[in-house]
Amino acid sequence: MPLRHFFLWIISLLVYAFLYIPLIIVVVFSFNDSKLNAEWAGFTFHWYKVLFNNHEMLLAARNSLIIAVSASILATILGTMAGLAIHRYQLKFLPFLAFTPVAMPEILLGVSLLLFFLQVLNLTLGMLSIIIAHTTFCIGFVTIIVRARLQGMDESIFEAARDLGATPWQTFRHITLPLIRSAIIAGALMSFTLSIDDFVITFFTKGVGEPILPIQIYTMIKVAVTPEVNAISTLLMLLTLTLIIIATRFDTSMLKGDSKQPR
Amino acid sequence: MTLLEVRNVTKRFGSFTAVDDVNITIKTGEFFTLLGPSGCGKTTLLRMIAGFDAPDNGQILLDNKDIIDLPPEKRPFHTVFQSYALFSHMTVADNIGFPLKMSGKTSREIKIRVAETLSEVELSSFSHRYPHELSGGQKQRVAFARGLINQPRLLLLDEPLGALDEKLRENMQRELISLQAKANVTFIYVTHAQNEALALSHRIAVMNQGKIEQIDEPSRIYNFPINRFVADFIGKINMLDAQVIEASGYHLKLKVTGLGEVMAPVREHVKIGDQGILAIRPEQVRIDPLGSEVAAKFQLVGKIKDFLYIGDVTTYLIELPNSIRIEALQPNSFPGHAKLFEIGDPVVVSWQEHSAQFLPD
Repeated sequence: MPLRHFFLWIISLLVYAFLYIPLIIVVVFSFNDSKLNAEWAGFTFHWYKVLFNNHEMLLAARNSLIIAVSASILATILGTMAGLAIHRYQLKFLPFLAFTPVAMPEILLGVSLLLFFLQVLNLTLGMLSIIIAHTTFCIGFVTIIVRARLQGMDESIFEAARDLGATPWQTFRHITLPLIRSAIIAGALMSFTLSIDDFVITFFTKGVGEPILPIQIYTMIKVAVTPEVNAISTLLMLLTLTLIIIATRFDTSMLKGDSKQPR
Repeated sequence: MTLLEVRNVTKRFGSFTAVDDVNITIKTGEFFTLLGPSGCGKTTLLRMIAGFDAPDNGQILLDNKDIIDLPPEKRPFHTVFQSYALFSHMTVADNIGFPLKMSGKTSREIKIRVAETLSEVELSSFSHRYPHELSGGQKQRVAFARGLINQPRLLLLDEPLGALDEKLRENMQRELISLQAKANVTFIYVTHAQNEALALSHRIAVMNQGKIEQIDEPSRIYNFPINRFVADFIGKINMLDAQVIEASGYHLKLKVTGLGEVMAPVREHVKIGDQGILAIRPEQVRIDPLGSEVAAKFQLVGKIKDFLYIGDVTTYLIELPNSIRIEALQPNSFPGHAKLFEIGDPVVVSWQEHSAQFLPD
């Protein structure tokens, strides 16, 4: 094997090792029959039982789910509208407005939203403020995906629909929506995964009271990394992974420009 | 009976005038073609008739009522797009049934009508296929079927045969003619292919730079082009610079640069001193070996300079005195003969007076 290839292999292996070994360790130790994350003492579901009896943690999970579902629904609707508008009217300014939050540092978004909610809107921080904050940063992702799906689509099909007797609304319902459905679903799933594990923006916009999952996990490890944290992390990882896999399935059918829709 | 009238329609895009004060009257049952080079405004005009674009000036009247304010879905016209614009997420049957569904027909009626139409276009076995599973010709037939199923008053066709290969195109031309006759629907057809326009149309409007140059039957467009543009755009034609020196009765006497005096049939609004061209189609130019009996009054001696053999016919390029060149088309109807003349052969060139014409500038 040439030397160059050898080094490439080594580097790739190191990158994947650093990416995935910590995740594997978390999963493995969530089943470890010991209070310490140090040595393997035997298999157990004990920590999952502890987790499901932890009222505070369950409440945090419920809150996070409510936030993620609401924010992803709102972001999907608004992001789809933005994607359609950018595509249809070839607007120069709107992409900039819609995509900026995607590139903006989260800490900046968090601080500015906090100031906006408190000083401009005079809003009491809580579930509502978190949902609004999450919606704002998810819109951009949905917009990008929807717009990508529309690009390269034969424009004349929308005119053809109108021409054959469909009103603008019927054209959207019967033609546009089915054609971009995969992109909308992918965008929604993406928003959900982004929202459910968001820490920084949530931290700034949550206020006091309602426990939120990522914050709750953080508070727990401030004391010690207990196997309970491993268990909740494993569950969260499983959920996110499942959604990402579903999203990429929709996404690849979108990238290939596959005209046959998944039903 | 007049179906559609385009009256003084103008459309500008910025400083560019795409359609410039166009007037057209289309009769019920007609196969009307808008013919012109790309960018001449023919597609823009079609889009305004369909309702996708609004004219800056003028009116579009259906049954003498202005329809400018009607959106596309309210106009009883359907369009067949160059790209076919089939809905990729719908089956062939759903594509064809779409206009019926939009007009609020019951699903029972849609099913029956779609089945009928599918069998008419011989696509019954393809009803559950998706557009990407069809060949170009089949997509084409689905697009036509979809355009015709809800019996529009007018079918607009935007270069629908452009994407097909030549063999298939000729077949589709025949199908299109019989389809129009059978469906009894008025067609407005847009194309840049002059042979297609000549083959299909009842009447042709030749467009150039947003204006209509000539509206006429195909044979009149071909045989009696109104000006240099139409003559040049439709088919091949020899054009020689000429000036009118005498106009009397049925004849014009022209001074043709390099060839001297040539007679041509008289035409309206032409007076002595007018500059223009003497136009003559290559198939009207006769060539004979030097020394043979030629009956035509007007004849010239020249030499074969070059030829182009394309199977059924050969085009000869002949050099006349003063380096004037003229093309003559000879059918290769003698069995076994590839061509009748060789390069360098001296020949007699002649034509009938009435087959040439003077086109003023």
